[in-house]
Amino acid sequence: MSFKLKSVILGVAVLSVLPLTVWAQQTGYPGGADYPFGTPASKADIEAWDKDVRPDGMGLPAGSGSYKAGAQIYAEQCASCHGAKLEGVRDQNLPQGGGPALIGGRGTLNTPKFKQTVESYWPYASTLFDYITRAMPYTAPGSLKPDEVYALTEFILAEGNIVPKTAVMDAKSLPKVQMPNKDGFYPDNRPYPVKRYD
Amino acid sequence: MDDNPIGEAVAEADVERALEQAQEKCEAVFRPGPRQTNEQSDCDCKEGMFPQGKLGTSSRRAFLRSGGLLTAAAAIVPVKALAQDASGDAPWSMPGRIAKSDYGTRASFEKVARLASFGGTSSLTPLQASTGIITPSGLHFERHHNGVPTIDSAQHRLIIHGMVDKPMKYSVEDLKRFPSTSRILFVECSGNSNAASRSASQKTAQEAHGLTSTSEWTGVKLSTLLAQVGIKDGAAWVLAEGSDGAMLSRSVPIDKMLDDAMVAYAQNGEAIRPENGYPMRLILPGWEGNINVKWLRRLKIGDKPFMTREETSKYTDLITLTGKARQFSWVMEAKSLITFPSGDMRLPGKGFYEITGLAWSGRAPIERVEVTTDGGRTWHLASLQEPVLPKAHVRFRFPWHWDGSEAILESRATDQTGYVQPTKAFLTATEGVGPTYHYNGIQSWKVAADGSVSNVLQA
Repeated sequence: MSFKLKSVILGVAVLSVLPLTVWAQQTGYPGGADYPFGTPASKADIEAWDKDVRPDGMGLPAGSGSYKAGAQIYAEQCASCHGAKLEGVRDQNLPQGGGPALIGGRGTLNTPKFKQTVESYWPYASTLFDYITRAMPYTAPGSLKPDEVYALTEFILAEGNIVPKTAVMDAKSLPKVQMPNKDGFYPDNRPYPVKRYD
Repeated sequence: MDDNPIGEAVAEADVERALEQAQEKCEAVFRPGPRQTNEQSDCDCKEGMFPQGKLGTSSRRAFLRSGGLLTAAAAIVPVKALAQDASGDAPWSMPGRIAKSDYGTRASFEKVARLASFGGTSSLTPLQASTGIITPSGLHFERHHNGVPTIDSAQHRLIIHGMVDKPMKYSVEDLKRFPSTSRILFVECSGNSNAASRSASQKTAQEAHGLTSTSEWTGVKLSTLLAQVGIKDGAAWVLAEGSDGAMLSRSVPIDKMLDDAMVAYAQNGEAIRPENGYPMRLILPGWEGNINVKWLRRLKIGDKPFMTREETSKYTDLITLTGKARQFSWVMEAKSLITFPSGDMRLPGKGFYEITGLAWSGRAPIERVEVTTDGGRTWHLASLQEPVLPKAHVRFRFPWHWDGSEAILESRATDQTGYVQPTKAFLTATEGVGPTYHYNGIQSWKVAADGSVSNVLQA
């Protein structure tokens, strides 16, 4: 085969394959993971926001808090909405019309006068830590340091007679707290079999 | 013939004169003329039919009470006489305002409004004034847990991280480059109708059931986004977190995320309203409003539920018969509601009325809606406005000739799974008195002999 003929065959082969390949990439949706938009999230990006805490303790920060420290922070930061005795406050001049009661209500859940509080209803202590860290106090959410949140958690749980006032709350002790209503929940069992009544 | 005909008969002479003047009017558009007046032109046939005063729709009477433009004398003059000028046309049949480069607003005569709760943590959609299935964005209900944040969309970011191969960060503009999807969907707060589960103290459809609305949502499917970051083996739950003051967060099973979830950035053809999640929110079709996390800033993939406050202490359904609570009850079950006639309206007299309302189910498309006008003794099929969209409000209608005697109006929805909207009695017997979420019992409206409509407990 002449050099010239080889070149022609090669040229035809290249011309016929290349454009097809390019065309295949330019029509339709790429699909899968082939959308090169956005930017990789850096470690710093994630750490700035990754503050959630799970019941198994995942996400709990370093630090600790006592009942005494918690009592003081509570009086300063929480009592105006939740009451000096954690009994809750109803006042239309407060955000959300006041804060709910945090303690009391044990034994009421199967009655018409059910009272759902941290003490009577909340299944996990981690939820209390997680919620205070990110959403409380209402007027300055996210402003409390881990030590302060541990202290408040200890204070509220002790006032609810769930942990002793001598306990120290930290990443080790908090996941071990047994809440009174930890077995009070079951997964969605709907739909009920609803019968037509005509 | 009905005792209460709608509208008025028009004399033939009036029609002829109108035709003669059409040409003249057409030319007048291009000539300067007197300014259009703002005189009230309410229609007598609707006088008194809608709630008066603070609850959304204005009536001429309410307008007068509040010191409106009309004099008492003008208010009793028939509309036609009031509206005509010397030419026989209404005073507004003149050159109107020219087009402007602005954001349009509704007619100044329209007063339908949301109704905010005490404390301002929610506002209710005026369902009694609704037509069709789409809720105007400005009337979509609100529910927030620490106010509506003011977010600069240019600075807002969504981070997806956790059990993924490649954590990513997206701006709104990044999301808009992805293939998009649009769906018309209801969003209903699971606390909707909560008071109706205990009493009939809420006067209007808005007060009793206004925490549900339907919008067209546009965004990116979660399955597309999760394909970009790569989900690791064992991933089962996704924490969705908002960037509001409450930093509201919920755990969503990954199956739902991969099925039909989307991150939406648009509502009814424009950017999502601030109170509904601007600049981006999670949309989980058919699931309770709270888990459709607004102001979305973070999705964290994990292997267990995170047990946030909103899925333990709140948004769980305490059954007071047992003292135990149902958890992860995300689906909003079939429900319906007559929006006209409804509470706090007054029918002007016996005759023809089109009963209409909304039905929806988060589980399956609506199969049928039945209407009763005798408190449930006889039920009739209502017609459903096409298209009947899954997981969206469906408009139903039923023609009714009111004979002027007391009537109890109810509707009940059935979805394609065969699930039938239950009675209040059934729910109380099954769940006790505690269910403050997911109440979907049948709503009763009583039409009294004088035409007044009120909220009553189902017999």
